[in-house]
Amino acid sequence: MLRLCAAASAGVLLLIVLFLLAESGQGLVAIGPERLVSDPAWYPAPDANAGEFNLLPMLIGTVAAAMGALILATPLGVLSAIFCHSIAPVAVAAVYRRVLGVLAGIPSVVFGFWGLVVLVPLIGRVEPPGASLLAGVLILSLMIVPTVALLADSALEALPRSYAQGAAALGLGPWATATRVLLPAARGGVATGVMLAASRALGETMAVLMVCGNVVRVPDSLFDPVRTLTANIALEMAYAADDHRAALFISGLLLTGLVSVLVLMAHRLDAEPAHA
Amino acid sequence: MHASNLAARAREALSVLCLTTLLAACGAGYDGTQKLTITGSSTVAPLAAELAKRYETSHPGVRIDVQTGGSTRGIQDARKGVADIGMASRALKPSEASLVAHTIALDGIGLIVHASNPIAALSDAQVRAIFSGEVNDWSALGGRAAPITVVNKAQGRSTLELFLAYTGLEDADVDADVIIGDNEQGVKTVAGNPNAIGYVSIGTAEYGAQAGVPIRLLPMRGVAASVDNVRNGSFPLSRQLNFVTAGPPAGLAADFIAFARSPAAHADIQRLYFVAAR
Repeated sequence: MLRLCAAASAGVLLLIVLFLLAESGQGLVAIGPERLVSDPAWYPAPDANAGEFNLLPMLIGTVAAAMGALILATPLGVLSAIFCHSIAPVAVAAVYRRVLGVLAGIPSVVFGFWGLVVLVPLIGRVEPPGASLLAGVLILSLMIVPTVALLADSALEALPRSYAQGAAALGLGPWATATRVLLPAARGGVATGVMLAASRALGETMAVLMVCGNVVRVPDSLFDPVRTLTANIALEMAYAADDHRAALFISGLLLTGLVSVLVLMAHRLDAEPAHA
Repeated sequence: MHASNLAARAREALSVLCLTTLLAACGAGYDGTQKLTITGSSTVAPLAAELAKRYETSHPGVRIDVQTGGSTRGIQDARKGVADIGMASRALKPSEASLVAHTIALDGIGLIVHASNPIAALSDAQVRAIFSGEVNDWSALGGRAAPITVVNKAQGRSTLELFLAYTGLEDADVDADVIIGDNEQGVKTVAGNPNAIGYVSIGTAEYGAQAGVPIRLLPMRGVAASVDNVRNGSFPLSRQLNFVTAGPPAGLAADFIAFARSPAAHADIQRLYFVAAR
């Protein structure tokens, strides 16, 4: 039964990749890979020769939003995990974990809606229009902090108790124990969490679509609007035909590739015997 | 460890989901219900969904599935037979003459600004200047000194096509600060930004304004943007909401279209701030 399930999920993944390849193949031939980065802009048309298909600004937007979110969420998440594991009283830690769990389960549209009606106007007061890379980064980091925190917390939890006991015997306080002994030992698990959070940030669509402004342009500052690849697919797929449609599938393929690399890296880091 | 467990479980859940969907798709059609698929314009979809609900209650055994995706998709789906009825928030183009359009209602597109914006009206030339980026500050138009946030629609939306045709701008000319998907997102974006200007369906905007959302509709060519002026045909920027079929409709599709064009549908049309076609 388990094997069947595993085979089915592997099969579905394979089918998705094959489907993406089949759908984007025609476009890759008609548009050609180098036009995807060298065309003057993104004004897609059903006919490859009539449109412009530069995906680069959106790739940059996607990576910038995800990186920004990671820069904010990684320290916050790791600190949360240390708080949970080493500092907070057991009861507080249990409640805090529950809160993180709920935060991780909130649908992304809800984050996006909140971002659109609260966060974007706030940013707009400082630097209009408000819908910006910064709004996307903030919303995404809110969404991925729980992933980083919960995975880092369970990585700390999985360490042998002797580590903490040894550190205590040497007279180290809880903070020093956590940062100098436990965290380095659990770095594989923590890094896995960060990688998975990164793949969530890269793939997030709805929330980003609502707060990022969606203008196809390489951002000069945090306050500039950006369009991510996922938002582009969501905005245009329903209206796209022929080569335009294929170009969207190419961006889907690109995203799948990016996320796969991250997941593979996560596996590598996870397999590393950090506390043998 | 935990991470890979989580990922494996998520993938398992996905595969089960896919299988169930497949099974459900295979099972449809054998349980005696009649099914009607309607796809297309996000402007027409709420109306179609309301009408479908009403029709289903009076016709047990009928299931009507309404999906959005824009007028272009509605027309494509109707042509390919993927949908029984396509929804389009515009008249058919000459290249689409092989299809049959059934006008069920009218809608107007109106410019919206934040309620606190002192601008009372804009000429067509001013609208063009704003959306092409020639004018970047409200003070140049007699408003307060503040940068204009131009809210444009994403490509493919019929609202965008109609707006571009009206202003004579090309898509590449529009210098947008925010690009939105559906009307509701446009209303929320403008409501959250005192210096924004955008355009949405008048029905959606009037509904929002009456519900207390801080937005204001601007008149165009001296005609107030209101449902009434769309109804009497005086508002310059209006459009048809059409059901589109591949040929003369038959059976269930024909009956549903007749229902949508009958007086029985007027209450729903008005409730959604559209205007019944005569």
